[in-house]
Amino acid sequence: MTVFDSNIPPGPLPEKWQNWLDTHKLVGPRNRAGKNVIVIGTGLAGSSCAASLGAQGFKVKSFCFQDTPRRAHSIAAQGGINAAKDYANEGDSIHRLFYDTIKGGDFRSREANVWRLAQLSANIIDQAVAQGVPFNREYSGALATRSFGGVLVQRTFYTRGQTGQQLLLGAYSALEHQVRAGNVQVFNRHEMQDVVLVDGEARGVIVRNLITGDIERHAADAVVLASGGYTNVYYLSTNAMGSNVTATWRAHKRGAYFANPCYTQIHPTCIPQTGEYQSKLTLMSESLRNDGRIWVPRKSGDDRPPAEIPETERYYYLEERYPAFGNLAPRDIASRAAKVVCDDGLGVGGTGRGVFLDFRDAIAQQGKESIERKYGNLFEMYTRITGDDPYETPMMIYPAPHYAMGGLWVDYELQTTIPGLFAIGEANFSDHGANRLGASALMQCLADGYFISPHTVTAHLAKNHDEVSTSDSAFDEVESDVRSHIQKLMDVGGGTSAQAFHREMGHVMLDKCGMSRTAEGLDEALAEVREIKGEFWNDLRVDPGDEEFNQSLEYANRVSDFFELAELMIHDARRREESCGGHFREEHQTEDGEALRDDEHFAKTTAWEYGGDDPVPHDEALTFEEVQLATRSYK
Amino acid sequence: MNFTLEIWRQFDGTDETEAGRFETFKVTDINPDASFLEMLDQLNERLSHEKKRTIAFDSDCREGICGACSLVIDGTPHGPQQVTSCQTYMRDFIDGQTIKVEPYRANTFPVIRDLAVDRGALDRVIQAGGYISTTTGPQPEPNSMPVSPEIQEKAMDAAICIGCGACVAACPNGAAMLFTGAKVTHLNLLPQGQPERESRVIGMVEQMDAEGFGGCTNYGECSRVCPQEISIDVIGMLNREYRKAKTKKKSKPEKAMTTQ
Amino acid sequence: MIAFWRSSVGKKNIVAVTGAILIGYLILHMLGNLNSAFGPGADEARVDWYAHWLRDFGEPLLPHAFVLWAVRVILLSALVIHITGIVQLTKRNRAARPANFPAKRIGRSFESMAMLGTGVLVLAFIIFHILQFTTLSIHVTPVEEGAVYSNLYYAFQKWYFLVIYVAALLLIGMHLRHGVWSLFQTLGFDNPNRNPKLRHGSTVFVLVLIVGFGAIPVLFFTDVLDPPNAAAVITSSIGAVGSLTGGVA
Repeated sequence: MTVFDSNIPPGPLPEKWQNWLDTHKLVGPRNRAGKNVIVIGTGLAGSSCAASLGAQGFKVKSFCFQDTPRRAHSIAAQGGINAAKDYANEGDSIHRLFYDTIKGGDFRSREANVWRLAQLSANIIDQAVAQGVPFNREYSGALATRSFGGVLVQRTFYTRGQTGQQLLLGAYSALEHQVRAGNVQVFNRHEMQDVVLVDGEARGVIVRNLITGDIERHAADAVVLASGGYTNVYYLSTNAMGSNVTATWRAHKRGAYFANPCYTQIHPTCIPQTGEYQSKLTLMSESLRNDGRIWVPRKSGDDRPPAEIPETERYYYLEERYPAFGNLAPRDIASRAAKVVCDDGLGVGGTGRGVFLDFRDAIAQQGKESIERKYGNLFEMYTRITGDDPYETPMMIYPAPHYAMGGLWVDYELQTTIPGLFAIGEANFSDHGANRLGASALMQCLADGYFISPHTVTAHLAKNHDEVSTSDSAFDEVESDVRSHIQKLMDVGGGTSAQAFHREMGHVMLDKCGMSRTAEGLDEALAEVREIKGEFWNDLRVDPGDEEFNQSLEYANRVSDFFELAELMIHDARRREESCGGHFREEHQTEDGEALRDDEHFAKTTAWEYGGDDPVPHDEALTFEEVQLATRSYK
Repeated sequence: MNFTLEIWRQFDGTDETEAGRFETFKVTDINPDASFLEMLDQLNERLSHEKKRTIAFDSDCREGICGACSLVIDGTPHGPQQVTSCQTYMRDFIDGQTIKVEPYRANTFPVIRDLAVDRGALDRVIQAGGYISTTTGPQPEPNSMPVSPEIQEKAMDAAICIGCGACVAACPNGAAMLFTGAKVTHLNLLPQGQPERESRVIGMVEQMDAEGFGGCTNYGECSRVCPQEISIDVIGMLNREYRKAKTKKKSKPEKAMTTQ
Repeated sequence: MIAFWRSSVGKKNIVAVTGAILIGYLILHMLGNLNSAFGPGADEARVDWYAHWLRDFGEPLLPHAFVLWAVRVILLSALVIHITGIVQLTKRNRAARPANFPAKRIGRSFESMAMLGTGVLVLAFIIFHILQFTTLSIHVTPVEEGAVYSNLYYAFQKWYFLVIYVAALLLIGMHLRHGVWSLFQTLGFDNPNRNPKLRHGSTVFVLVLIVGFGAIPVLFFTDVLDPPNAAAVITSSIGAVGSLTGGVA
């Protein structure tokens, strides 16, 4: 059936992308207005893609479920964006950024994609500056950089602690510019329900107008999914309340393969949970690890105030276990280390699920002012949320689900297994392997959106396409599927909100398919998730009225997809009999508790074909020309 | 903690006959560390159990950056602490207190349902010039155009606007001057923003008027409720930029936006 | 200019500029008034001489009383534009918010809220003031054209005139305490460092204005200033201060 080829262009790594660019098909300027593209999502990837295609002269329809494109959750990224510009004169290069990303991803990503990402990284900074993104500057007026988890150079650009916000507002302003120019139409408060295939190609979408409840049809020559990640499957995560998997999941059910769903990232520096009804976990930028030292008391149950615990009784576990990287160890390692010390009973805080992030020494060395300049707004945020003052007492942090490395399988052109359906940003699986390094998500989203998809989508548009109208029978069928799914949700008529089911399932997933996993636990999780899903379809309560503004219906619709995704994640985690990056199987670890990869059997991407209760795995072998597979050591 | 909530219920803002009213709810056993929105979640879960219609309200990131939340709590947009509603915690209130919850009140922000409003007018103000008309492609090396940290800081102080619209809701005149001023200040301070300096401010001010936002009478309420603490100085900047742009001899009309 | 007037920001700018013109005039008016403090004089009261001088200003290059009338025209137009602008802006502002949901007062100053009220009262006072000392239409105390010092002296022997004028001063003070700072903000002459200084500056300015204007009536009422001498009243024939300035307050 579907072609399953990564389509990597020939030539040495550094020349592949240029080779591709030199030879792909183009659409003449006068023909562009006749080509329509649908972009789902308005985060960094979606906004930048829609704006770039619009600027080329294509007609773009951009959809987001939020009330304005600017609210997409990219806005919450704090720390920064990587680029191999070597402004700090440390010998940084494209190769180093490439290698760090491959190694950070525990050798589970595609070399060609990652190389291209590293190549494009510098252009992103230039583009953002030209849009008026106010990056932090040195006294000379030159761009400032800092270091970030998992690397030994300062290649991270930032705008205080709000880099995601500023980059998104840059992309959003480019999008609104194209709206003004008449090339892009934005449909806010519209949520994609399904993708429509005509002759095996993606030719449109069915969306629900969230205000009126109308089910609408939109046809196009290509569809781009930039709908973000699925970490909300854990219920409590750093994602936004609305972040969901519906767009990608429905595309998966129509034939797009879903790759590596078990690769999820748990971010080490979040504010610990306090109450049962908590709706989300708040992330504190990883940049805090540049100056903060992470520790727990050596003695279990030590409830002295942290300041009174003497140096010798403090266990700086990251510094001790990973002397080279110390507190800057990559996210998966730092997170798991925190889990291990808490499992050993050394955790702090009310729930025992927390570790200290201490700025005492940094304040003593650099002065309070310098720390305030770097982290002032983060400290303020922490104080607001917890009521504690990090200048006086250490912060408490604990890992939280944060990012999904897995996503729709795409080839080198970011095209899914459905021709004409592209996936970009966090929605695809491509560049981060089994673990993402800090400050790489923004880079990947914008590389996909500004510099890759506008060209690869063009190549697809250059092929001849028959005109498709929304009255085509394919639209009838998909629309009726969408309507019956909504009707099914409306008809349950139970007495429990979708949020309650979501919370229950999320708890199971975090416990058994989260930071560490076992075969046994995964089997249990599968049974439990199925059971909760059964209850969901038995006792769900949705407010009456599907043809109106109905937030409980929106939520239930999303949760129904999370249940199905959760099962696939468990299947994937079960099948991958190794530990790598964010996927840690307790059966596969070294004597001192580090992840143990199995390159012989699992140096591959698993792309799942939809199959209901029995999904079908397909493997894409990963071949490495440039890097040597090595044990990922941060010691 | 326990509270009595008086919550605005309105079916559909476009239906003139449905004027809306307050409905009273009692909530009990609220964790003091729950955010205001989590308290509403909890109430909604209960309403689901009771098979009653849940309360509609917007929220997304729940960490104070997306700007989706749009509640007026006891008469103050976002709530008493000058932070977004999602970062307003129940410990900020007195146990047993009666709390009034309303949607943003401005004619430019029609109510969709209950506490959710339509803030599309702000997007249209941005469309009228809140950008630098660059398109994707090779750009100059950023360090060839140095920006002093002072200018960067000032631009950033304005650029951090989250577009929540609390300034409009707080303003007795329903003005969007703080929102518009912040964007004009951000872009007009930076070297990249200079070529469109005049067309930007003219376009945005005219759009603001066309949307029906009121004008500034320098009450300063906007700045006092702004969760990002944007200073009213951005309004001074907006006024100055507008006057300069309008009084300059050959000021171009805002039709300057074209694509390649 | 029409487009500028049409936009809310432009209109507010013009309101600020006309406000500035009126304030500028107030300063001159206050300085002029202080001439009364020199007393009735031996021959002619200094303030009467000053009034005379104003009327003759520019002669023979300019026609008699030309400057006086020019200033009157400018002031009246400024006032009309100021008020028209405010009325139109207020209508716009009211339309932008639904009725019955007044925003809660969070931190705005009393003066800023009372701008419309103080504005209307000040306008009423200006009309009264012109009737009393310019057109000399209020005959409660003896008034005579040209005899500025004597007109003032007799008027401010009455406690109720004193009360009216002092009350009006306080209203003007309130209007200007917000108005002056607001003016700089609207015209965009502020900046973050200067802003607190502008706030305090406008308060100081208002105090100076109140003391400067208030001193004269109080000095008359308390008889610190001598009664006018009869001769001066007869010899002086023109009441320029009163005509030009609308009297002394």
